Amino acid sequence: MEHVATPSWAMFAYLVSGVLFILALRGLSSPATSRSGNRYGMIGMVIAVVTTLVTHFPTAVNPYSEAPAAIEHGLQTVPDFGSFGLIAAAIALGGGIGFVIARRIAMTAMPQLVAAFHSLVGMAAVLVGWAAYLNPQAFGIAELANLVLSVDFGNASATDPVRAQLAQAMGGSSVTIPGVAHIAAQSCIEMGLGIAIGAITFSGSIIAFLKLAGKMSGSPIMLPGRHVINLGTIIAILGLVGYFTMDQSLWVIGVITLLSFIIGFLLIIPIGGADMPVVVSMLNSYSGWAAAAMGFTLHNSAMIITGALVGSSGAILSYIMCKAMNRSFISVIAGGFGAAPEASGGAPKEQRPWKRGSAEDAAFLMKEAESVIIIPGYGMAVSQAQHALREMADVLKKEGVSVKYAIHPVAGRMPGHMNVLLAEANVPYDEVFELEDINSEFGQCDVAFIIGANDVVNPAAKTDKSSPIYGMPVFDVDKAKTVMFVKRSMGGVGYSGVDNDVFYMDQTMMLLADAKKMVEDIVKALAH
Amino acid sequence: MDFISILSIFVLACFVGYYVVWSVTPALHTPLMAVTNAISSVIVVGALIAAAASGLGAAGGVSKWLGLGAVVLASVNIFGGFAVTARMLAMYKKKEKK
Repeated sequence: MEHVATPSWAMFAYLVSGVLFILALRGLSSPATSRSGNRYGMIGMVIAVVTTLVTHFPTAVNPYSEAPAAIEHGLQTVPDFGSFGLIAAAIALGGGIGFVIARRIAMTAMPQLVAAFHSLVGMAAVLVGWAAYLNPQAFGIAELANLVLSVDFGNASATDPVRAQLAQAMGGSSVTIPGVAHIAAQSCIEMGLGIAIGAITFSGSIIAFLKLAGKMSGSPIMLPGRHVINLGTIIAILGLVGYFTMDQSLWVIGVITLLSFIIGFLLIIPIGGADMPVVVSMLNSYSGWAAAAMGFTLHNSAMIITGALVGSSGAILSYIMCKAMNRSFISVIAGGFGAAPEASGGAPKEQRPWKRGSAEDAAFLMKEAESVIIIPGYGMAVSQAQHALREMADVLKKEGVSVKYAIHPVAGRMPGHMNVLLAEANVPYDEVFELEDINSEFGQCDVAFIIGANDVVNPAAKTDKSSPIYGMPVFDVDKAKTVMFVKRSMGGVGYSGVDNDVFYMDQTMMLLADAKKMVEDIVKALAH
Repeated sequence: MDFISILSIFVLACFVGYYVVWSVTPALHTPLMAVTNAISSVIVVGALIAAAASGLGAAGGVSKWLGLGAVVLASVNIFGGFAVTARMLAMYKKKEKK
C-alpha cells in the first residue's frame, strides 16, 4: 500500500529530460539550430518514458506469495508482462496514428492539426487526473488516515462482565483501524485544477479545431448574458475544487469535469475566425498548465518544467498576437470580434472608383520593376497559391527584380503560419521579413503585391480612430509606387469587416480572381 | 520532494520559459507550437504510472484503463508532434549559394 519514493537516479533522469526540453525550444531561435533542437526534445521524451517504465514496471500479486521461497525472498509481487504488453500496444497504437497523421497532413491544415493535438493533451490530463483519483495509492498521493473509534464504556465495566470483557479485548476505550486511503488536501487542489484545465483545453480545442477546419462557422456565436454565465461557471469550478479537499465523493470531481468541459466550449464559441491565432496560442498555454498541475500532483520535475515552458510559450505567443492586432487579451477572450455588422443590408456605401488589372498588366509592371514586396495572407493559404507564388518570384528574380516577402505577425490562422507555407514552397527563409524589418522599404519599392491579405494593409488602422482595427500595426503599402491587390471579388472585406482605402488608391490595381489562378496566369504572362 | 522545492522548480522554469520563448524567431512560431505540443505530452508519465499500477478492486481496474487511454492519446501527440515539427523544420532552407 505505501508509496515507494522515486529513486534519486529517476529524479535525476526527469531533470535531464526537462533540461533537454528547454534545449528543444532554445534551438528554435534560428532555423539552422532548430533541427537539432527537435532531436533534443525527442531524446528528452524517450528518457522520461523509459524512466517511468523502469520505475513503475507493472506488477501483479505473486500467486505463490504464500510459498516459503517467495516469503524468504520477499517476492510478494511479480512482473506483470501482460500489462506491460498492453502499455506497449497503447504506445504503438497512438504512435502509429500520430506518425501517419504527421506524414499526411497538408501544411495549410497545420492550425487545425495543432488545435486537435492540444485537445488530446487536454483529454490525457483529464484521464490521468481521474486515474489518480480512483487509485491514489499508485500515484503516492494517498494519506493513510487512521480511523479511531472510541467507545464510551462508562462505569459499566465494573458491573457488566460482558462490557468489561469487551473493554479488555480492545485494550482501552478506543480502537484504531489503520490504513483508510484519503487523498491529501494539497493533491486534491492540484488534481482538481489539472482536471479542470485539461477539460477546458479539450473542449476549447475541439471548438477551435472545428472552426479552423471549416466544419463550423468561423463567425462568433454570441449567447445572451454569456459573461455572467462564464464567470459563474468559473467561480463554481474553483469553489468545487476547494470543496474537493473536504469531500472526495465521486460527484464532486464529476461535476468539476463536466463544468470545465462546458466552460471550454462556451469560452471559444464567441471568438471569431480572425482571433484564432490568439485562441490557438492560448490553448497551447492551457495544455502546458494542465501538464504542470499534474506534475505537481506526481512531484515530477520533467512535467513541471515542461508545463512551465509550454505554459509561458503559449502565453507569450498570445501576447504577441494581441499586440500585433492592438487588442487587449481580455477583449479577445470576451469575443465577438468580426461579427457580421448589424447594419448590413442598410444603405449601401457610396461607390468609389477602382481600377481592375489583368494578369498581363501585372506581369508587365513587375517585369519593369526593380523591387517587389509580396504580402501573403490567409487567402494565399486557402487557395494554396504558395507554390505558384514562388515560381513567379523565381521568374522575376531571373529578370533581375529583387523579390522579398513581408509577413505580418497575425497573417494566417496561427503564429508563423505564412512562414511555414512559404518554406514548404521552397522560399528561402532569408527572403522572408517581419513587419518591423521591412516596413520602411515600401517607400523605395516599385510593386507591393498583396495576396490574400487585407486588414494588415488597411491604412484605416493608422488614421481612422473609429475603426475597429485602429492602432494595429500595418504595412505602409500606400507608399509603394504600384499596389497590386489579388482578391477574389470586390464584395468581401477582411475579417474585421472594414472597408479598405487601398482598393481605391490611384496606384492600386485590383486583380480579381482566385489567388492561385491569378498567380499562375501572371507566371504565364511573364514567360512571353 | 516537498511542496516548496517543487514550487521553486516551477517558478524558475517559468522564467526560463519566458526568456527562451522570446528568443524564438517569429518565422518559427508554428514549429514552436507543434513542438511545445509534443513536449507537453510528457503527461504520458502520469498515464504510464496509472496504466502500470496493480489495480485494486473495481476503481483500480478503471484507473488502469483510463491510464491506458491516456497513454494512447499522449502517444499520438508525442509521435505526431515531433514528426510534424521535423517535417516543417526540414523545409526551412537558406538561399542556395551559387
